[in-house]
Amino acid sequence: MAHFKKKQAGTKQEVPTSAMPDVVFMLLFFFMVTTVLREVTLKVKLDLTRANNIEKIEEKRLVSYIYMGPERLPGNQLGEDKVQIDDSIVDDIGAIRNIMYDKLLEEPRLIVSLRVDQNSEFGLLTDVQKELQQAGTFRINYSTKRED
Amino acid sequence: MLLKKRQREGAEINGSSMADIAFLLLIFFLVTTTINVDTGIGMVLPPPLDPEVEPPPIRERNLMNILVNAQGLILMDEQPVGIAEVKDKLIEFIDNPTNNDQLSISPDAAIVSLKTQRETPYNIYIDMLDEVMSAYKDLRDAASRANYGVEYAQLKENSPQQEQIKDMYPKKISIAEPDN
Repeated sequence: MAHFKKKQAGTKQEVPTSAMPDVVFMLLFFFMVTTVLREVTLKVKLDLTRANNIEKIEEKRLVSYIYMGPERLPGNQLGEDKVQIDDSIVDDIGAIRNIMYDKLLEEPRLIVSLRVDQNSEFGLLTDVQKELQQAGTFRINYSTKRED
Repeated sequence: MLLKKRQREGAEINGSSMADIAFLLLIFFLVTTTINVDTGIGMVLPPPLDPEVEPPPIRERNLMNILVNAQGLILMDEQPVGIAEVKDKLIEFIDNPTNNDQLSISPDAAIVSLKTQRETPYNIYIDMLDEVMSAYKDLRDAASRANYGVEYAQLKENSPQQEQIKDMYPKKISIAEPDN
């Protein structure tokens, strides 16, 4: 009777794992470099005012920003006070209620953070606040820096 | 002669756990990256006014009218005051320790109405609002210290103690529309 011996491969059957940390580190660096936490490009000049009695907003994902300030014009010039939501300037103040209402439907606990330039006039802010009232987004936050 | 073949020990470091360390770092960075925490003065806007419904009557003594013009001059109930006096006057108005019949009946009835002009710069408005907030903070801190021995901010969020202090000194701030 012939004795069949199973031929065993001489090599080890392990997957070499020594390169694994390199792969993971590469991933780590890739994420660290590419993670740009969605910043909007400001089209208005924004110089926040300061206040003492301020609170932090912990729930960042509830926050939606409205920027108000003099518009940045080409050639380092400043124009009229404008309202910016997300990435574009809203010229028609009456359109704000629809924009904010859509945001409210997406996130019912929406907090609107108003980032207003310290020299812009109160009148524009009242107009925006009236729109917010119409939209039903009542929780607002006047964004300020801490006084130091 | 005994020829013993020496088994060479590998000079390798076991690198398999390196991956775990790197993963841990990766997760740590993913979780902790919260940049630029937004700070500011929180407010709640009132619902829009229904023109057919009459606003509820407010007794004159419970209302503190603060007017600020574009130059930053302040009128509190028709009296010109400097910004440094605003806080103390507000505390006196809200708390009314002497039961003055010109000031608020009780802290929870007090309403602070803030009115500015359209031309008022935003920072003057925020400065005023900051003074009002700081008056309420002092009152709440005092009440909290008297009752629980700690400051208001150290009370647990939404705890019954915090709610009680909040009910004692509700922030009733009305932002009036400018006339012109």
